Amino acid sequence: MISESSSFVKGMVLGGLFCVFVTLLGHNKMGHGTKAHHHEHHHIQAPNKEDVSNLSEGERMELSHSIRVYCIILVKPKDLGNWAAVKETWSKHCDKAEFYSSESVKVFDSVVLNTNDMWVMVRNAYKLAYERYKDEYNWFFLAHPTTFAVIENLKYFLLKKDPSQPFYIGHTVKSGELEYVDGDGGIVLSIESLKRLSKIFEDPDKCPEQGGLIWKLSEDKQLAVCLKYTGVLAENAEDSEGKDVFNTKSVGSLIKEAMANHPQQVVEGCCSDMAITFNGLAPNHMHVMMYGVYRLRAYGHNFKDALVFLPPAGSDND
Amino acid sequence: MALGGFKGSWLAFHVGIVTGFISTFYLLNGLLWPRPPGLESQTPDPDVWVVQHPALLSAGHPHLSGEVSTTAAELYNKVRILCWVMTGPSNLETKARHVQATWTRHCNVVLFMSSVRDDGFPTVGLDTKEGRDQLYWKTIRAFQYVHRHHLEQADWFLKADDDTFVVLDNLRWLLANHTPEEPVYFGKRFKPFAKQGYMSGGAGYVLSKEALRRFVEGFRTQVCAHTSSVEDLALGQCMEKMGVRAGDSRDAAGRETFHPFGPESHLTGKFSKSFWYWNYCYYPIVEGPQCCSDLAVSFHYVSPELMYTLEFLTYHLRAYGYRYRYQPPLPENAARLLQRQARPKAANATLLVQGTKTL
Repeated sequence: MISESSSFVKGMVLGGLFCVFVTLLGHNKMGHGTKAHHHEHHHIQAPNKEDVSNLSEGERMELSHSIRVYCIILVKPKDLGNWAAVKETWSKHCDKAEFYSSESVKVFDSVVLNTNDMWVMVRNAYKLAYERYKDEYNWFFLAHPTTFAVIENLKYFLLKKDPSQPFYIGHTVKSGELEYVDGDGGIVLSIESLKRLSKIFEDPDKCPEQGGLIWKLSEDKQLAVCLKYTGVLAENAEDSEGKDVFNTKSVGSLIKEAMANHPQQVVEGCCSDMAITFNGLAPNHMHVMMYGVYRLRAYGHNFKDALVFLPPAGSDND
Repeated sequence: MALGGFKGSWLAFHVGIVTGFISTFYLLNGLLWPRPPGLESQTPDPDVWVVQHPALLSAGHPHLSGEVSTTAAELYNKVRILCWVMTGPSNLETKARHVQATWTRHCNVVLFMSSVRDDGFPTVGLDTKEGRDQLYWKTIRAFQYVHRHHLEQADWFLKADDDTFVVLDNLRWLLANHTPEEPVYFGKRFKPFAKQGYMSGGAGYVLSKEALRRFVEGFRTQVCAHTSSVEDLALGQCMEKMGVRAGDSRDAAGRETFHPFGPESHLTGKFSKSFWYWNYCYYPIVEGPQCCSDLAVSFHYVSPELMYTLEFLTYHLRAYGYRYRYQPPLPENAARLLQRQARPKAANATLLVQGTKTL
């Protein structure tokens, strides 16, 4: 009897300690979340306000013009509705935007890639973009037609970053040892990264055209693998508060999550004020975003921004 | 027996482990993790509100991170708006709470009007029943209540539904060109059934102090009465009888500011030609991007999720460095209020394109 009850007590103590141990372990894992301090997870931040004050109007204009973004939007005929919406909305704010399609479509002009394979589309789009535009643009932004991007916020983010350095930026995901940019949130490459990528495309061992033999990687991961061979690593983009600026979900989805997770701080906790992308938008939502970002505002709140961007010609929804 | 005893302790030990684990788990859950706020969250946030039961007074004008100007803050003090929101007991948690957490924070004073008093939310009890046929009764009682208790706290008095989203700063810009002594009211103007038209209830409407005085006076002298349950039309007819002018709320480019539907409908919808809307609008309907002013004042049929989304799009997300195409003028009266140099309203609004002004 006594030996049983003392065994029971010993068991209880052991069970309790085990529980505490597991809890603390779990807490630690969750506590870090997006602000991981693990040195292999790369973060990159937007410029500070102090970095960018004290510039004259002329200097601001010059600085704004020095960041030139070329946009690649990969489309297929089934995406026609979104293709049209992207054409009519945010892509007008790229320095140049081109649609790279799997096959030719009567209604719209595009760069025809003649393949349905997503990885081959990505490869060829980057190859063509580099060949044609390596001297004209210093940043290359790849997106899907379900993504909405605010190019001005992208340019602000890139303000202090040297494009002759190898940058590969977006919303990153870790898969085992590989950290890659999730294409749903958009992918940003500096001209240097694109240059290195073009070279490694010629190496069929390190960067094969047909993905893996047995195991086909998603095109996002495949891109990361190829870039890694050239010494280019993915970096997760965040604002000065640590919030992601490339989002793989729509504002609506993120708001819904915020309503469930932190109902007292929905708007403040949802998303970055300087967000660059949102994903998963239907064509109508793109038009609402266009209005919401470029037009709708509260009167009387003014900002002293380091950059100046003028509305594009021939447009009336921005 | 020795073997049986050994088996017994072995069993007891393992039962002990499980019991220890489970009880520690619940203990930790109870102590370490604070209960997520449930219904207790009904009490208004003291950082945002000063509660003067049942009214909520804004504790301070919300500032945006990184902004440099004080124009919005000055207008907040010079063009004081009391907002009252039409709601009911069954909508408090599902709708009114989200209204309280978003756009009403920008009002100088806000009151939630219900048939039943609720000290926690808080709401005013109007002593009516609930239902569509009660809307005008609630409206009459609400304005009488506001007139009796809050007349000196504001210059303008806004009515909205619990599915209306309002941008108060844009309403202040609109109203800055008028004075509270003018007998005028603004909203989304409809034309039928009243000579000067009337304002859509769902899109929200705002009365000047003088307009409010006349509305209450109308009921006192029985010039106005509960003529129908169609709240917005009946109110409009009373306004007409009392000599209150139905104002033009369009912006300097002629675009509507109060909207009876959500932004998606106005921006992308194609209203069928047989839709009642075509015959109701006082001003010509514009579909597509020019439907709506950049300085929109209201949208209707806004779900709770859309409330937060619109608050985020209006007050938070913006395109860095972007020079807006629409550069609204600072009207004369507003300039006087703010002691600034007036930029008079051009015949058409100035719209910016690549550095050159076009109309």
